[in-house]
Amino acid sequence: MPAAVAAPQHKCCITNGSAHNGGMSGGLSILVIDDNKIRASIIEQGLRDAGHERVILVHQMEGLVRQIADINPDVIVIDLENPNRDQLEHMFQVSRAVRRPIAMFVDKSDSHSIEAAVDAGVSAYIVDGLKRERVKPILDMAISRFRAFSKLAEELEEARTELADRKTVDRAKGILMKSKGLSEQEAYDLLRRTAMNQNRKIIDVAQSLVIASGLLGE
Amino acid sequence: MDTQLKPVIAGYIPLLDSAVLVAASRMGFAEREGIALKLVRETSWANIRDRIAVGHFDVAHMLAPMPIAASLNLTSLAVPTLAPMLLGLGGNAITVSAALWAGMASAGADAGGDPASTGAALAKVIQERRSKGHAPLRFGVVHPFSCHAYELRYWLAAAGIDPDDDVELNVLAPQLMADALAESQLDGYCVGEPWNTAAVVAGTGRIATYKQAIWPDSPEKVLGVTRKWAETQPDVLAALLRALSAAADWCADVGNAETLAELLSGPDYLACPIEICRPALTGQMRFGKNTTRLISDFLTFTGGAKAAPAGAYGDWLFEQMVRWGQASPSEDARSEVRKVFSPSIYRSALALTDALSEPAFRLFDDV
Repeated sequence: MPAAVAAPQHKCCITNGSAHNGGMSGGLSILVIDDNKIRASIIEQGLRDAGHERVILVHQMEGLVRQIADINPDVIVIDLENPNRDQLEHMFQVSRAVRRPIAMFVDKSDSHSIEAAVDAGVSAYIVDGLKRERVKPILDMAISRFRAFSKLAEELEEARTELADRKTVDRAKGILMKSKGLSEQEAYDLLRRTAMNQNRKIIDVAQSLVIASGLLGE
Repeated sequence: MDTQLKPVIAGYIPLLDSAVLVAASRMGFAEREGIALKLVRETSWANIRDRIAVGHFDVAHMLAPMPIAASLNLTSLAVPTLAPMLLGLGGNAITVSAALWAGMASAGADAGGDPASTGAALAKVIQERRSKGHAPLRFGVVHPFSCHAYELRYWLAAAGIDPDDDVELNVLAPQLMADALAESQLDGYCVGEPWNTAAVVAGTGRIATYKQAIWPDSPEKVLGVTRKWAETQPDVLAALLRALSAAADWCADVGNAETLAELLSGPDYLACPIEICRPALTGQMRFGKNTTRLISDFLTFTGGAKAAPAGAYGDWLFEQMVRWGQASPSEDARSEVRKVFSPSIYRSALALTDALSEPAFRLFDDV
């Protein structure tokens, strides 16, 4: 039996819900493998809100064969950034510890779902024999949560860049104010005019100025 | 970016044999053929397979057996795929832990990596372990449908070791192999460079044998392209093949090895110490602490006629799939495999007109 061999650092937290609310999708156990703990929690919350109580989060691969054998999940959701997907798929094929054979979640005819999942950065597997209607909402949920997370991450990155850009423009203004004796508004106007004349962005002009000034020792 | 250039998106796994794609994209070979080649680094072969299937990638760096497995519908998200060019020959090695090597060395293993000798020594170690009731040795490969898996299995089987019963085979991502060996989760593995050298440099592993010794001048990675894309973009594919051929010739020039090592080890590609990239690119291989050998063809890049796929390569890979129970033999499958490895697209792109000859090949235990 192939053991799950993986890089170190692993943690697993089993967060089984306590109350059974008898929702229409209740009863399926879902294993979420994701290094990104925040994203994993977002998915977990979404699945719980949809009435799934048995959601298990795994952040690392070590000992995963044993864990999968113990948990006996119906559905496995894994992020595409995870370098262990090949290992996981191989394990499904040959492991005797995993009781039921597990196949790729989405069936081939459903190319829309396949594309949506890969676009969102998520892949999923189900045990053989589960009805598509039962698992489709789980994949849809995972896709939408992955998308929401990417959007959040992008916005954060944009905010960071914006902040950094503003700082650079401020520094460029400072340099102009000091070296040319301009007011803040005059310094900004000069940057803007230069950018317009050269068909460049203000931030690019500001960056060049900050670098040049650094090279010339201000 | 020049808007006249045709964009082509290529997925790749950070390994030394992504060199041809990296050089084509970074050293101007793609632009010269009118292509803006954008590379996307991936973390698993499963991602390469999935993302080429849904059209995120136009082409990809693929394990040579992958286009066959995809065309024969042996994997999930399988779509008919072609291998119109070889991206590298050789480049893999089988590395064992320092402890296992000590046992193999006492059993007479050749220090220079002779596959017959190291295999026989391993068989003795395994026999001894079994008589003592020790657990089976664990070996890693990067993918079930990989030359690594077939080379390791071939080498083991040639020494009378049953790869499915006498040892345990695991799948692990290439960049994780050296750590798994250091942590005794694996006793050995077959992987592409630089992940053998990484273990040798760390002092935790010893190269026991290598692909070039097992099956000389055999294909390792190929350019993978869906049949659909090849049919809808024949001109772009032809231009790309010319660019890659020129890039491969550049990579093959040992005078460029240092530039290539710098490029590949950089943060955008392998993001690893340059020291571990040099041995396979220069042929100055280090097998262990005190053993170095010059193997100039350890990893070969080549443009021109040698980079053309050949039906015979596909036949051998398919035979391994059948041998190890991954595929059922059939005439239909065989003819499909020949189409996957057909040299015709490459030869017409490069206007190669010399007589088509099947590559002569010989495995180490052929007599």
